[in-house]
Amino acid sequence: MRTVAVVGASLAGLATARALRAEGFDGRIVVIGDEEHAPYDRPPLSKEFLSGALSTEDLALTTPEDAELAADWRLGHRAVALDTAERTVVLDDGERIATDGVVLATGARARALPGPVPAGVHTLRTLDDAVALRSELVPGARMIVVGAGFIGSEIASTAAGLGVEVDVVEAATVPLERPLGAEMGRVCAGLHAAAGVRLHTGCGVAEIVGSPRVRAVRLTDGRELPADVVVVGIGAIPNVEWLEGSGVTLDDGVVTDAQGATSTPGVVAVGDCANAHRGYTGSMLRLEHWTNAVQQPVGAVAALFGRVHTPAPHHEVPYFWSDQYGRRIQFAGHRTPGCRVEVLEGDPAEADFLARYVDPSGTPVAVLGVDRPRSFGRMRRRLGRRPAATH
Amino acid sequence: MIYVGAASDIPDGEAARVQGEVSIAVFHVDGALYAIDDTCTHQDASLSDGWVEGCAVECPLHAACFDLRTGRPSGPPAKKPVRTHRVVVSDGHVWVEESVGVETSAQPGVPVDAVAEEVA
Repeated sequence: MRTVAVVGASLAGLATARALRAEGFDGRIVVIGDEEHAPYDRPPLSKEFLSGALSTEDLALTTPEDAELAADWRLGHRAVALDTAERTVVLDDGERIATDGVVLATGARARALPGPVPAGVHTLRTLDDAVALRSELVPGARMIVVGAGFIGSEIASTAAGLGVEVDVVEAATVPLERPLGAEMGRVCAGLHAAAGVRLHTGCGVAEIVGSPRVRAVRLTDGRELPADVVVVGIGAIPNVEWLEGSGVTLDDGVVTDAQGATSTPGVVAVGDCANAHRGYTGSMLRLEHWTNAVQQPVGAVAALFGRVHTPAPHHEVPYFWSDQYGRRIQFAGHRTPGCRVEVLEGDPAEADFLARYVDPSGTPVAVLGVDRPRSFGRMRRRLGRRPAATH
Repeated sequence: MIYVGAASDIPDGEAARVQGEVSIAVFHVDGALYAIDDTCTHQDASLSDGWVEGCAVECPLHAACFDLRTGRPSGPPAKKPVRTHRVVVSDGHVWVEESVGVETSAQPGVPVDAVAEEVA
């Protein structure tokens, strides 16, 4: 194998380049990224970067040692096609990169509201998005956050800390209902309320009002909330349209096995764009978690070279964290239907606790900690030691 | 010297946190004590809350691993090492001598049952 193309230059793409060298690959690595920026860390974009505590330089993911990767960076270029017959990646400027192996790490993009939107309506996924949003977060501004998921909740938290008047609109009955369930979602609702952020649940957006600039948001229940700025945080869409017709199997992302191998030999996928089989759940899951983007490339690169990689058991357990209103929320595992929540330490009413999710058969499947990093870490390890799911 | 506590109060596999110029974590691993900066160099997380395996601690937030002897990260996401500090054990009590400056040297583990060490 002489040339490997890594399509995507964010966390998963960089981790892939590092894994390739760590595996002893001494050929050419071409890393293609549609953003002009060198790889940077995205989690702070909704938190420390948005608040101004971190600078652009602080976000850099590459280190001086990464110069040893000797990668050929094609930044500011989008891959537009994959010719699997010739194993060639085609870029938006027409360049064709002939390869021996391809790593798909194109990530996901923020889901937008349908149709054109007036000025002052943002999404947050990239550094440029964060810079644009940051300039609007002035004390006294009225902001509406659409969606109380991780991004929306974190933006609400950061903005409230900057003196912005924040309303959050959420279609579900509580924030983070899908990952955490209704009971623990209510705890997160309490975090918004305690900070003076108004949460409007069970309603959606009927219309963004204003032209050329946003003035208000009209909700599906008929209310109209005045707004100087709006942020839409309603999920992400995997960047895989460019692979349609290539022969690589797609289904909510690139379909892969547990190690990242796609349906096409010599092509693997990692990070947010990969819908991978998970040993932990025994099912397919597309994860948009930071640690997943760091860990998956190790297995995928091994697969590219025909080698088997067995991750540490606790690395098989999906994990994410979220910092909101000065609280650190950590979750590991996967909540399944019918789970009951057992509080093991602390008190949810105080937003300082450790809880685990137990499925109807009595098996612990997930753990949630708020400001309990030490005991959370121990429980997370323990989850990794349970037998792999077989269903 | 910063007083950490009685050696018996830091069980094997556990860590204590003390405040010097910055927070310092003191780990007890297999009968030896090690001290490093408590704050992960990658992002704000307390290493004394991390998972200790062998001579390394895994950051509780991002799974960056640091060698307790040298303070070096084992790989991404952390880029910079944490500082190491000298541990002194005397009559069953543990002290830490906080390092000055950014560059620090490797520190061997200090036996938790050491008795003869002189407290400066």
